[in-house]
Amino acid sequence: MSAAIEVAALSKNYGPIQAVRGVTFEVRQGEIFALLGPNGAGKTTIAEMLEGYRQATSGSAMVLGADPWENDPAHKGRLGIVMQSTGVDPFLTVRETIEMYSGFYPHPRPSDEVLELVDLSAKAGEKVRRLSGGQQRRLDVGVALAGDPELLFLDEPTSGFDPSARRNFWDMIKALASLDTTVFLTTHNMDEAQYLADRVGIINEGVIVAEGDPETIGARDTAETSIQFRLGAGAPPLPATFGAATFAEGTVVLSSADPTRVLNDLTGWALDAGVSLDGLSVSRPSLEDVYLKLTEEQDP
Amino acid sequence: MIGQMIRQIRYTNKAFWRNSAAAVFTFAFPVIFVVLLSAVFGGGEVRTASGVVVATSAFYVPAICVFAVVSACFTNIAMSVTIQRDSGVLKRVRGTPLPAGAYLAARVAHSVLISALLVAICTVLGAVFYDVGLPSLPAVTAALVVGAACFCSLGLAMTAAIPDAHAASPIVNAIILPVLLISDVFVPPGHLPDWLNKVSLVFPVRHFSDAMQIAFFPSGSTFSWPDLAILAAWGVAGLLLASRFFSWEARR
Repeated sequence: MSAAIEVAALSKNYGPIQAVRGVTFEVRQGEIFALLGPNGAGKTTIAEMLEGYRQATSGSAMVLGADPWENDPAHKGRLGIVMQSTGVDPFLTVRETIEMYSGFYPHPRPSDEVLELVDLSAKAGEKVRRLSGGQQRRLDVGVALAGDPELLFLDEPTSGFDPSARRNFWDMIKALASLDTTVFLTTHNMDEAQYLADRVGIINEGVIVAEGDPETIGARDTAETSIQFRLGAGAPPLPATFGAATFAEGTVVLSSADPTRVLNDLTGWALDAGVSLDGLSVSRPSLEDVYLKLTEEQDP
Repeated sequence: MIGQMIRQIRYTNKAFWRNSAAAVFTFAFPVIFVVLLSAVFGGGEVRTASGVVVATSAFYVPAICVFAVVSACFTNIAMSVTIQRDSGVLKRVRGTPLPAGAYLAARVAHSVLISALLVAICTVLGAVFYDVGLPSLPAVTAALVVGAACFCSLGLAMTAAIPDAHAASPIVNAIILPVLLISDVFVPPGHLPDWLNKVSLVFPVRHFSDAMQIAFFPSGSTFSWPDLAILAAWGVAGLLLASRFFSWEARR
């Protein structure tokens, strides 16, 4: 299958500031791609170049086979765009807003279906200005879905959400993606990228520093596993063969590329010595660890 | 395209009336002004732009038509489009297949329609309560259409000079209120010193006033072609400025 978005050596300068420095990536049709990075990394600038709002300084971007900067209406009809902050008329109702935007598109999705998708059916007759923040954000997505887009842009869609609203929102996006909609997501929320994305690009200071499956990005699947526990006061010292680093208040951290054997040795030693391993935990590096490591390396 | 425009005008209209405070004031202000200004200054007589002398209360009928059109077009467009720009509505529309120009054109058309309604209300008010005969329909229509288009275009250009929505009301009022004061709208003609009279002739409101007064109280032709031409020129200038400097997004 061909790519929904193809970006090659894309750059954007604002005066002397290089906001985006030669990024190259591809978003496949039907997948959820997340651009993950801290604030000011260049995520929104990239999204806005792909949406046709900004002209690239150099490099190329193809979105559904077209140059977005041409801003061809027929091309726009295939996109749905949810920006960080976009308003709608506060005095129209939810249904009127969806219907107004539907009318701009050649093949709109039925309004009832849109309301259902964004879970606003119960609020259809409510004026937009009476909606809560989370409901307004869902309406933003509803408006973007009104034209039944092939490709949906979501720029920091859940900032300001409480955790349960965020989870509901994520499930909604998952459901959409299962309907063959390609999703291009920007976020600084690790959990969001982890939960939603089929593939993640980590961006820092205008450069993509890693790209891949969120499970394997930054070699997190092959990186050393971390084993943590506390040794109570008076416990015999851990044999030096474990090569442990002991932290304050008795917390011990072991890193190992072979956690199965180390855990076996460790629990065997603890049982023999009559020691309890309080708060024992085994963890692979989280996406957050990878992200922090990659974005810190970039700092000057 | 026409169908799309009419559809968009209807949504604009729906939202306009739902914003009841704004809608009521758009209509109540001109009526209140006709009544109050006539009561306060309406006793004497005044020589209008065509040279015809009428009761001051009669003078206020076309004068307040001018005020109503300037408010509904210039003030309203400058403020509401700035608010839509800053809240991201314009940016969102630009992300859809609807040409963003068509969205703005629908707002402009709606303002022109509201202006027409306001002029009709003031005219009826004048005929019923102030003994003002009905104006020539072609002449008043010409003045209304050219004037409304001119002030909408200037309103769009104005948004380029407004940094953000909070500044919209003070900036727009600071510009339009002094111009209205010197343009034979609130103050009947004959009160301005000569130099200020000359200054007022530079601005479009004075020419709109003169065209409207002549349509109501003609001596000879009901059309004031020079005034209409100057209004049209201001309108074109506004459109050029808007097309060069108009911003679809909030300024950061």
